[in-house]
Amino acid sequence: MNEFLFVILPYLCLTTFVVGHLWRYRYDKFGWTTRSSQLYENRLLRIGSPLFHFGMLGVVGGHIIGLLVPQSWTDWAGVSEHAYHVVAVTGGLLAGVMAVVGMAILMYRRRTVGPVFSATTRMDKVMYAFLAVVIVLGMWNTIAGSIMTIGGEYNYREGVSVWYRSFLAFHPDASLMADAPLGFQLHALVAFGLFALWPFTRLVHVFSAPVGYLTRPYIVYRSRDDAQLGSHRPRRGWDRVG
Amino acid sequence: MKVMAQMAMVMNLDKCIGCHTCSVTCKQAWTNRSGTEYIWFNNVETRPGLGYPRTYEDQEKWKGGWELTKSGRMKLKAGGRLKNLMTIFSNPILPSIGEYYEPWTYDYSTLTDAPAQEHTPVARPKSLISGKNMKIEWSANWDDDLGGSTETAHRDPMLKKIADKVKFEFEQTFMFYLPRICEHCLNPSCAASCPSGAIYKREEDGIVLVDQDKCRGWRKCVSGCPYKKIYFNHRTGKAEKCTFCFPRIEVGLPTVCAETCVGRLRYIGLMLYDADKVLAAASTTDDQGLYEAQRDVFLDPFDPEVMRAAEYAGIARDWIDAAQRSPIYALINTFKVALPLHPEYRTMPMVWYIPPLSPVVDVVAETGEDAEDKGNLFAAIDALRIPIEYLAELFTAGEVEPVDAVLKKLAAMRCYMRDINMGRDPDPSIPAAVGMSEEELYDMYRLLAIAKYDERYVIPAAHAEQAHSLEELSTECSVSEYGGGQQDLFGEGSGIPTPIAVENFQMLQDRQTSDSLAGPSHTKGRVNLLNWDGKGSPPGMFPPTGSDS
Repeated sequence: MNEFLFVILPYLCLTTFVVGHLWRYRYDKFGWTTRSSQLYENRLLRIGSPLFHFGMLGVVGGHIIGLLVPQSWTDWAGVSEHAYHVVAVTGGLLAGVMAVVGMAILMYRRRTVGPVFSATTRMDKVMYAFLAVVIVLGMWNTIAGSIMTIGGEYNYREGVSVWYRSFLAFHPDASLMADAPLGFQLHALVAFGLFALWPFTRLVHVFSAPVGYLTRPYIVYRSRDDAQLGSHRPRRGWDRVG
Repeated sequence: MKVMAQMAMVMNLDKCIGCHTCSVTCKQAWTNRSGTEYIWFNNVETRPGLGYPRTYEDQEKWKGGWELTKSGRMKLKAGGRLKNLMTIFSNPILPSIGEYYEPWTYDYSTLTDAPAQEHTPVARPKSLISGKNMKIEWSANWDDDLGGSTETAHRDPMLKKIADKVKFEFEQTFMFYLPRICEHCLNPSCAASCPSGAIYKREEDGIVLVDQDKCRGWRKCVSGCPYKKIYFNHRTGKAEKCTFCFPRIEVGLPTVCAETCVGRLRYIGLMLYDADKVLAAASTTDDQGLYEAQRDVFLDPFDPEVMRAAEYAGIARDWIDAAQRSPIYALINTFKVALPLHPEYRTMPMVWYIPPLSPVVDVVAETGEDAEDKGNLFAAIDALRIPIEYLAELFTAGEVEPVDAVLKKLAAMRCYMRDINMGRDPDPSIPAAVGMSEEELYDMYRLLAIAKYDERYVIPAAHAEQAHSLEELSTECSVSEYGGGQQDLFGEGSGIPTPIAVENFQMLQDRQTSDSLAGPSHTKGRVNLLNWDGKGSPPGMFPPTGSDS
């Protein structure tokens, strides 16, 4: 069972994540957008959206540090377990609260503002459910697990993180996850569910984060030839001359 | 010198009768799809008026276009690159749908469905955004023909600038129409604002387009454009804008708005310009110097040096010929009667306007004096400061002299031609008074008054050897091959794209035959009775007859 939950299922989800994105990008570049609803409603979005997104950026950054940086590295750098814990919990709590509050505002808005609700697809609703559960479970792990230590102290950097790295290195060790508290197990499982859904939802816009904007020239020039005019590319019916 | 070619337009405002034919045909051609109900690539505003979207010219509020930093460098008025990215999750200066208007249709079916009752049933307006009953409070043309302007016109940003002199009294007012499309700027701030780099300027003809496959719906272009001529399709989540009807331009046809213009007031042609000089010209310190600075960017297509450089830059010979015959070049540089719209936004717009003389003529005519007499007209131009200052706010960043000069040329043309038409001897002192020769003035008259189709639209076709990939000519795929497969899986419009012409055809057909008002479940078409052409009977339009049920 542990093999299935913490090895097979995650790999299936990861495969769907990768292949799904490749397929979606090829098939549906036109549908690849943020699907912003700012035009419909701005009062709630103005507060909720930046809160949620900046909070999530913090959450993702925290996960990258927590999951990918081995404890031995921070030990080597002289960061004590306690110091690490304090920084991680404070940062995590701050980012998490931002994300949760932002998400609550956005979900309230999505349900109550008529035009926004009618622009919500079924896929959006499923995605929202998964996202909310993942975030709430994550908050639970931070608050109940790390601060109030309900169910005993658990150092995820010796358990979940090692499992995650072993998973990414294709040497998965399911036992590490099997020993983790239920909250962590559920958080990981629902998150992998979200990863599997990811390419088929509006979440794809995460991969369009426009960092290139900082360095590209302001005005983009493109030739008609390579512009793939409007909507269709030339089909190869014969060999081109010249 | 880096020669580039730019497709440009000039509109002669004296001829605009405000009939909105351009807007309607453009809408029918390009924005009749759901999600684009509120979008008018071409709109006609009554000035003075608030415009569409409301007060879009107030850049202190909307922060469109460019500004100069203290060190004289160009910067987006909305802020630098980092600030642009930091406000990506909620654009603080995005106009709400209310600033454009909430689109609606009418619930016509109650007119036929309603049971017998004391009062006549009415078709209530239904919002095309929420599908609910709505109160109509604003639209793209709410203040058309100065309707309600005593209430609203004082908010016209251009009128505010000269407001200390203006009391908006209806009897004393003046009025003209301003048709607007995308300016296809040489220095487009929309493209500069786009985080994804989806908005590009075509190297061949300078048309500014949105790559629908690269647009991610960040909405920065909408606020970046000072003319607010980029729109957000709220159904597909992508930006859309005037395309200068590029599929038509490529085969040598004028844009739909120009083709259908009743007053024949639009001119289309090429301008050659020096791309190396654009940035320096746009950075001119004085706002009022921008008009002249932009004229300096244009190149004389008759200059052998320019022709050689153009050929070196890969511009085909027939395009250089077209640039020489361009009515745009004649109106902007030879006769100097066309002026740019809001040069102070520093985007180097490429749709220019001949300011209207008619408000002045009307005032003279109302006094009972001869409205085509040179002395009367010239005196009136000098005396009627308010209309002229208003025009100057629109076209020359407030500098009155160029507007004054243009109006006097137009006045001189009227007076001079009247003598000829009445069979009198032409008076050479009239063209001399505006610094033109008799021949020049007559040429200008020909171009403004009687130029035929092929003189108003000098559009060199894209080259036939590229025809394979041209949108309108495409021979690659028959219509029936499109529309297959699972469409709309991830929301409206997702899936394999269809060519624009086919898409519009199918969408129009869909919505004419669809059954619901604004039902979100059916994504592509919503019956819009304003668009229904009256042919056939879409299912659900009329109650089922006995045989159907």
